[in-house]
Amino acid sequence: MTSQTYHDVRFIEPAATRNYLNVDYGIFSWLLTRDHKRIGILYLISVTVMFLVGGTFAFLMRLELLTPQGDLFTSDTYNKLFTMHGIVMVFFFLIPSIPATLGNFILPLMLGAKDLAFPRINLLSWYLFIIGATFGIVVIVTGGVDTGWTFYTPFSTQFSNTHVFATTLGAFITGFSSILTGLNFIVTTHRMRAPGLTWMRLPLFVWSIYATSVVLLLATPVLAITLVLLMIERTIGVGIFDPALGGDPVLYQHLFWFYSHPAVYIMVLPGMGVVSDVVAAFTRKKIFGYKFVAFSSLAIAFLGFLVWAHHLFVAGISVYSALVFSFLSMLVAVPSAIKVFNWTATMYKASVSWATPMLYVMGFIGLFTIGGVTGLFVAALGIDVHVHDTYFVVAHFHYIMVGGTVMAYMAGIHYWWPKITGRMYPEWWARLSALLIFVGFNLTFFPQFILGYAGMPRRYHAYAPEFQVLNVLSTAGATILACGYVLPLVYLLWSLGYGRKAGPNPWGAVGLEWTTASPPPKDNFHETPVVTWEAYDYPAFIKAVGEAQNV
Amino acid sequence: MPNNFALWPERASTVAGNVDALFTALIVVTGSVTLLIWVAIIYFAIKYRRRPDNELAQDYEPPKILEVAWIVIPTIVFMGIFLWGAWIYFIDQRVPANALDVYATGRQWMWKFQHASGQREIDMLHVPVNRPIRITMASEDVIHSLYFPAFRVKMDVLPSRYRTMWFQATKTGTFHIFCAEYCGTLHSGMTGWVEVMEPDAYQLWLAGGTEGSMASQGEKLFQKYACNTCHTEDFTGRGPVLLGLFGKPVLLSDGRSVVADENYVRESILNPQAKIVQGFGPIMPTFQGQVNEDDLLKLIAYVRSLGAARSATPVVESQESKQTSAGSPLNPGAAGGRASSPAAPQKPKGKS
Amino acid sequence: MQVLEPMTAIDPTHDHPHHPFLQHHFEDMAQQHEASTLGMWMFLATEILFFGGLFVSYTVYRIMYYPAFSAAAHHQNWMIGATNTAVLIGSSLTMALAVWAAQTNRRKATVLMLILTLILGGVFLGVKTYEYSVHYHEGLFPGQHFTYVDEHNPAVTKGVELFMVFYFSMTGLHALHMIIGAGLLIWMIARAYRGDFGSEYYGPVEVMGLYWHFVDIVWIFLFPLLYLLH
Repeated sequence: MTSQTYHDVRFIEPAATRNYLNVDYGIFSWLLTRDHKRIGILYLISVTVMFLVGGTFAFLMRLELLTPQGDLFTSDTYNKLFTMHGIVMVFFFLIPSIPATLGNFILPLMLGAKDLAFPRINLLSWYLFIIGATFGIVVIVTGGVDTGWTFYTPFSTQFSNTHVFATTLGAFITGFSSILTGLNFIVTTHRMRAPGLTWMRLPLFVWSIYATSVVLLLATPVLAITLVLLMIERTIGVGIFDPALGGDPVLYQHLFWFYSHPAVYIMVLPGMGVVSDVVAAFTRKKIFGYKFVAFSSLAIAFLGFLVWAHHLFVAGISVYSALVFSFLSMLVAVPSAIKVFNWTATMYKASVSWATPMLYVMGFIGLFTIGGVTGLFVAALGIDVHVHDTYFVVAHFHYIMVGGTVMAYMAGIHYWWPKITGRMYPEWWARLSALLIFVGFNLTFFPQFILGYAGMPRRYHAYAPEFQVLNVLSTAGATILACGYVLPLVYLLWSLGYGRKAGPNPWGAVGLEWTTASPPPKDNFHETPVVTWEAYDYPAFIKAVGEAQNV
Repeated sequence: MPNNFALWPERASTVAGNVDALFTALIVVTGSVTLLIWVAIIYFAIKYRRRPDNELAQDYEPPKILEVAWIVIPTIVFMGIFLWGAWIYFIDQRVPANALDVYATGRQWMWKFQHASGQREIDMLHVPVNRPIRITMASEDVIHSLYFPAFRVKMDVLPSRYRTMWFQATKTGTFHIFCAEYCGTLHSGMTGWVEVMEPDAYQLWLAGGTEGSMASQGEKLFQKYACNTCHTEDFTGRGPVLLGLFGKPVLLSDGRSVVADENYVRESILNPQAKIVQGFGPIMPTFQGQVNEDDLLKLIAYVRSLGAARSATPVVESQESKQTSAGSPLNPGAAGGRASSPAAPQKPKGKS
Repeated sequence: MQVLEPMTAIDPTHDHPHHPFLQHHFEDMAQQHEASTLGMWMFLATEILFFGGLFVSYTVYRIMYYPAFSAAAHHQNWMIGATNTAVLIGSSLTMALAVWAAQTNRRKATVLMLILTLILGGVFLGVKTYEYSVHYHEGLFPGQHFTYVDEHNPAVTKGVELFMVFYFSMTGLHALHMIIGAGLLIWMIARAYRGDFGSEYYGPVEVMGLYWHFVDIVWIFLFPLLYLLH
């Protein structure tokens, strides 16, 4: 290394500082844009709105659960709250969150490409998302839906009087938005990599987005067709899934979970990618066991397709299929364990920065570990018979989805915020909010493990009085969590105008996205970049940058 | 029983101890791994925090053998957890031979229980202590799930299909019954209590007021719906003889053979054309919409009692236990709490 | 502070001027072509799973309601189905010829073959419409219009209705793909007529061809399942 510290490596920004934000103005320059960066911003705004909607529902539910009696809302209202919370959070926030915002923005930059392979299809998928989300919002405004986000038949087809059709149609349309996004990412990764950027040099974020895209592409259509069958049954009253008319309700559950279990990996795999990149950037170190981490993403994507029926252990599958699915569910935990151990090992003898993204990532690793090991509990048949459909399961998947995915999303937003906006966020406020989120999250969801094992079923509007103490703790935690989420909203918006200006590489990180200006120019790079370094190889990256300087 | 604070549910069944043991073991194992990771992260974050003298990380890579270690060791541990969990599940699925029969019907939003001797109750279930209880259940509308937290058992209750669960309570007292599968507006109100009683007290409770056993009520229904005009006791009727039928394989007109269990009898009443017995015509009308779930259970209890009357062959359990294990102790399960008959090898399964 | 020039780059050697249809985010025509064909293959992978859900459900109910499904398939007019199969296979041939013609700079042949494909697709859809109307008049449309009773075995009626649900969803979804394909064909014909395609640039025709062949292959599976399997 030269006498300079790595921080000081800077690039000259081009004289005319045209970037993707100020290259043109006006509402249509955004609504008709084909620039992946602008579409990423459109997604960022949309999913943030949906997150606030879904979060509000969650908070109202926690308020209701302060007391054992159902005294704040009617049962119907409460049922709609948890249903809409699930639908909004799963279909309109978690699934698009990291891939469609950070993936859209960062993936082409990481690959050294000017854009995604199909920019118009990219815009189309945002519009499909908006149409689907509009259905969701219209349903909320006109009275909601009360089936649970899983739409289990025959309740959803023959018994519910709410807007099941419009909601499923919204989810159906949004599904195609995901499919097109995934397709775009796969083709871009295959065909648009910069010279020298071999597969084994790809950032791990790209690997995980790639694995996610494969799942999006192969699982989402099954949900789509299942929802079509559900809509047909509900509309013309034939018994596809309704046993009274000759159908099989368990078949619906098989088809639904064939998508919705892989969907869990759609939600968490991109988060793992963010974590890998952030760990490398803030420890200034190669990820230990790069290949293991990369291929574990593919292993998760593959195994994720083979475990759906572990949602049906008490629902009416044979003992032998229960055994097979329990076994496979144990196996899918192995690649996740590999990742956690590798991230931890990377921190050994590293240069660990305590910047906000790293704080979030340390939180992620801790919480994801708890979420992961409790997955072993529910995959073990004997325990699942007891805890299935209780708060234990609720706590388990919130540790993965919120403790995992949302923590990673926050890490990614903070990590790439300077690249996206050209401004730094206020560090101390950000650390405070990271701390609030971590504490609030644990206080909200850890008591739910205990509640679940004690026997409190999920989706209960009123509950037995002995469960109250833990529920009050949980609601208290949700209040802290809410503050933790509102804070970034404020200071990130503030930073747009008042944040310190960021250079091209404020973190001193390795990766093509850090070799271009912040914010990047419309075509990302002025010249097609060439990659000569392995992923996260600091010395080689610095050398390459140094040679570039001397040309 | 309900106190103000629940950290651990009451342990009141034979299987609960197994579940709790596995749960505790898992907490110890996974808890120590989680703690290890947390401590490592915090320790590394402090020890190797960025200072002016370590702007870049040290050029050090841990030995690759670690990768092998943390692939192989977790896999082995996970397999152990799998086997332990599966073992408990097998116990859950295998109904002991001397189980006492209770029938349950779930509907929006109540649990209806019927005892073999005829007592009926709603959202309340009385059972004797230290005696296996087998619950045969179906739903009248949507999917419900019958859940006894204190017994650590639950099972989804499906419309139009019988499923069987069992438990053996180990202490007297009153415990929660919950519906665990979301079923509509008053899902959280679909709760009840199971009262576990001493055998004497249970007998006393049983003696109080009944309309006759389920089988005898079923016999009355059998006549009311004029089933007996075709299903006669000799071979002169237009329908198959039901004596000694229950639990035995039936040869169908299309060459398949099925075991006459609860689901078969149910289907034959509601959708008679689905499986025609060899040698008979498709002449039976459907009783769909005429016989409600309660009466169906009584009719089945009656057919079951007819099966027991002539047959030395033990009755085959419903779907789940059939699949559990060929050659496991089978269950006579006759109405009226008849004592068990010796185990016998299971009949070969039909192609159903 | 060390100040660096922007990263150097290899200048992609453009010996020839940009092709008018090269989108600016691609380096060259080859990359653009590879991207669009790979994109279509990925899309078809999605489509397989999309139809796959229906095929799986069909299979489950076929096993559950074996006699009814057998009777219902027996009731289908397999002659019509076979005719349509032949029509579609013919259209696949003309489609393949259209791709070949575009690749070899035969503008007129491209247009002709695309028009033939469109006509054959239209014939298929016309025959399908006729079939649907026959089913409708026989009371075979599921739901409240379902009045059909099998005279040999009245008991299978419920299963027949279920069969018809799958018949209409599967062939309907297939027909929807045909209609979308026909729309795309019209666009392709216009572009081919304008002379957009040639050996340098025939990606859209090739991608269109992949889609069209896929839709045909789906029918090759639907035909035996819905007409022949008694």
